[in-house]
Amino acid sequence: MKPDQLLRPAPAGLYCPAGDFYIDPVRPVARALITHGHSDHARAGHGAVLATRETLDIMAIRYGEDFCGTMQAAALGERIDLGGVTVSFHPAGHVLGSAQIAVEQAGLRIVASGDYKRGADPTCTPYEPVPCDVFITEATFGLPVFHHPDPKAETGKLLTSLRQFPERSHLVGAYSLGKAQRVLRLLRDCGYDAPIYIHGSLARLCDYYVSRGIALGDLRPATLEKGDPTDFRGAVIVGPPSAFADRWARRFNEPLIAFASGWMMIRQRAKQGGVELPLVISDHCDWPELTETIRELAPREVWVTHGREEALVRWCELSGLPARPLHLVGYEDEGD
Amino acid sequence: MRAFATLLDRLVLTPSRNGKLKLLADYFRDTPDPDRGYGLAALAGTLDLKSVKPALLRELVLERMDEVLFRYSYDYVGDLAETIALVWDQERKERMPGEAEPRLGAVVTRMNALGRTDVRGAVRDLLDRLDPSARFAFLKLATGGLRIGVSARLAKQALAEFSGMDVTEIETLWHGLQPPYESLFAWLEGQADRPVLATPAIFHSVMLANPVGEGDLDNLDPADFAAEWKWDGIRVQMSSSGSTRRLYSRSGDDISAAFPDVLDAINFEGVVDGELLVGGTARTNSPTRTFSDLQQRLNRKTVTSKMLEAFPAFVRAYDVLFEGEADIRPAPLAERRERLADLIEKAPHDRFDLSPLVPFTSWQELETIRRDPPDPVIEGVMIKRLDSAYQAGRMKGPWFKWKRDPFNVDAVMMYAQRGHGKRSSYYSDFTFGVWTEGPDGDVLVPVGKAYFGFTDAELEVLDRYVRDNTTERFGPVRAVRAEPAHGFVLEVAFEGINRSTRHKSGVAMRFPRIARLRQDKLPADADRLETLMAMVEAKES
Repeated sequence: MKPDQLLRPAPAGLYCPAGDFYIDPVRPVARALITHGHSDHARAGHGAVLATRETLDIMAIRYGEDFCGTMQAAALGERIDLGGVTVSFHPAGHVLGSAQIAVEQAGLRIVASGDYKRGADPTCTPYEPVPCDVFITEATFGLPVFHHPDPKAETGKLLTSLRQFPERSHLVGAYSLGKAQRVLRLLRDCGYDAPIYIHGSLARLCDYYVSRGIALGDLRPATLEKGDPTDFRGAVIVGPPSAFADRWARRFNEPLIAFASGWMMIRQRAKQGGVELPLVISDHCDWPELTETIRELAPREVWVTHGREEALVRWCELSGLPARPLHLVGYEDEGD
Repeated sequence: MRAFATLLDRLVLTPSRNGKLKLLADYFRDTPDPDRGYGLAALAGTLDLKSVKPALLRELVLERMDEVLFRYSYDYVGDLAETIALVWDQERKERMPGEAEPRLGAVVTRMNALGRTDVRGAVRDLLDRLDPSARFAFLKLATGGLRIGVSARLAKQALAEFSGMDVTEIETLWHGLQPPYESLFAWLEGQADRPVLATPAIFHSVMLANPVGEGDLDNLDPADFAAEWKWDGIRVQMSSSGSTRRLYSRSGDDISAAFPDVLDAINFEGVVDGELLVGGTARTNSPTRTFSDLQQRLNRKTVTSKMLEAFPAFVRAYDVLFEGEADIRPAPLAERRERLADLIEKAPHDRFDLSPLVPFTSWQELETIRRDPPDPVIEGVMIKRLDSAYQAGRMKGPWFKWKRDPFNVDAVMMYAQRGHGKRSSYYSDFTFGVWTEGPDGDVLVPVGKAYFGFTDAELEVLDRYVRDNTTERFGPVRAVRAEPAHGFVLEVAFEGINRSTRHKSGVAMRFPRIARLRQDKLPADADRLETLMAMVEAKES
């Protein structure tokens, strides 16, 4: 059996004809398998959805309880038969509930990794290598320039800045699912135990993380009771980056804008975004992690999707591994 | 190198002046000698470091990685130093325990001791031993372009803040000291006496004037001030001591080599401040020639005898800082002018003259005089307190410059971009346009961009207009409604206007700013491109 008889790119996403399902489809389909809860991978309006418990919960929080027709929770490692095709979910280490999906038939196994990372992250189950014939990898940071530093050292920069500029409110931009909770957890692990103020849009997801046993410490809403901006002097406020460009940000005292993202590696990116304090904290693999993972799995073939596909394909060719870009559209990097 | 690299990373992204001062002062306090002195030199532009050619860096990086992958990376990042800093480690690298990170001072010493053939190996070794951020700092230093928005002046201000010393004291000493400035730091930290300057004929930081702002002169008594013409040349300092004579630009660059005609004529000892011009002195009854004639002589390493004849240079003196070895900067201006007059009287008549005073009794009268100067090479008047000491830097109060009125046009807001730092939640950078004839009737063509000139209250108004009238978004930029009967008219003031092939409109403004919000006007009433072209032509004729 050829790999693209089992799984192939289609306009709605990766499609498995034998099992009649899509992985992370970008438009409504009858049956969808979802790797994780970021909005470019997990969309509302499908018929049946199969995903991890956490991903289903996160989708319900974001889209409402009736985000699809029927839902089924997949336990990690559980083998599920869909029309003669066996599928199983394995941890991806990207955000809470994130999974790789292995698709098998007649001795051929393809692993669609979704988004994944190898670095330590106490807010989700760590990535687990799954041997396979074809490995489908993301390439969000698929260029040799990306080397993500130790996230604790990056968090240390924020703590240093708080000491240097104790009068300024430190606004930390972090996407609402995954990154925000990871930043909160990192601050706590680095010994910061003051209350942290969060933008309203983070509240429900933070509550959910806490309910899954991930302690985030004293979180308070970043709302102004009596209209005094000095209330937030020297405080850390975490919110989605889009909010900082908004009138919302004006309530804070001399705000200092920080942004937790893998993109912050590039100075111009930080500068264009008006970021004063870039924190290179990523929920995706950097270049050494991508190449190490491919070497470790040693698949027969590599398919590269969303991101800087051409560089990773080039690297595979130089390493003697057949590789091709999938050219799937509709995946932006909400998560980083 | 780590501390300096971290400082650079922060400075690049810190828009506020106070924020920069804080970061710099902390760096000077927490970093040991000689590293902090070399860091200061790098920021102030006085660091002398063996330079490395970009071609060599490219070769070094291609020794270790595929050319195609490097090209993808460079295309993405857009800056050679940053790309190399980031791609240098192909694998994840752990520092060996006990392996010390090279310090900035050690890097500078090592680089400057290298022979030509050692450069390649030494640069490769340093890149291996630095982390990405320090590698970037090193590459920026070695390729000679820091460009991080920190002036020498700001670095000195930070020294003042960190030590509690007066910045003019630092300015006074500055040009007599060399990196790594250990004697300066020792004095600033109270561990040593004020450094003694040994070198003769050094540059002394100049005293600068503030522009006359609205109402600045109202409460000042004209009798306390002298006025003189502001000539359109370049500010220079002549320094002569024993057999050493030097000509410096206002920023302290030594331009002696380009002006042997002036230098050879110096027959006095001391330091004189004046305007370098081309043409003849007033004492020889010859006209002062234009700035474009002076430009023929500027930025040259040597000068031909033909140039010397066709564009003779001279200095119109207006102040004296040292008479012989005597520092007379603390003396009042009136006294310094008298001494200057004596000195110039005895100097060669064809190379030196005295900038004449312009008599006036009221600000009103001076305003009238200023508007109608007797010579086309005059660009305004200088106003100086008669009792002012000569103080380095730009103090508010003792000296003013009152230039020709700026140009003004009414333009229409077309695009707005979010600002930085304090202004990051405001649309505060505005692209504005004027009308011109298009194929289907009048259209707006962008003619410039301005991000200051308005008050905070006015910014609220502008920001609200942008948010309520957005037609399109491009990242941080918004296009706003700009139609003949609906839009926002801005009165834009600017210092000059030139032809430009780089702008679609064909014109480029110098220092445009938003002078007033003209909500009383409709876009249809705004100016046309023809008006701007006429300004260019008027200037050229």
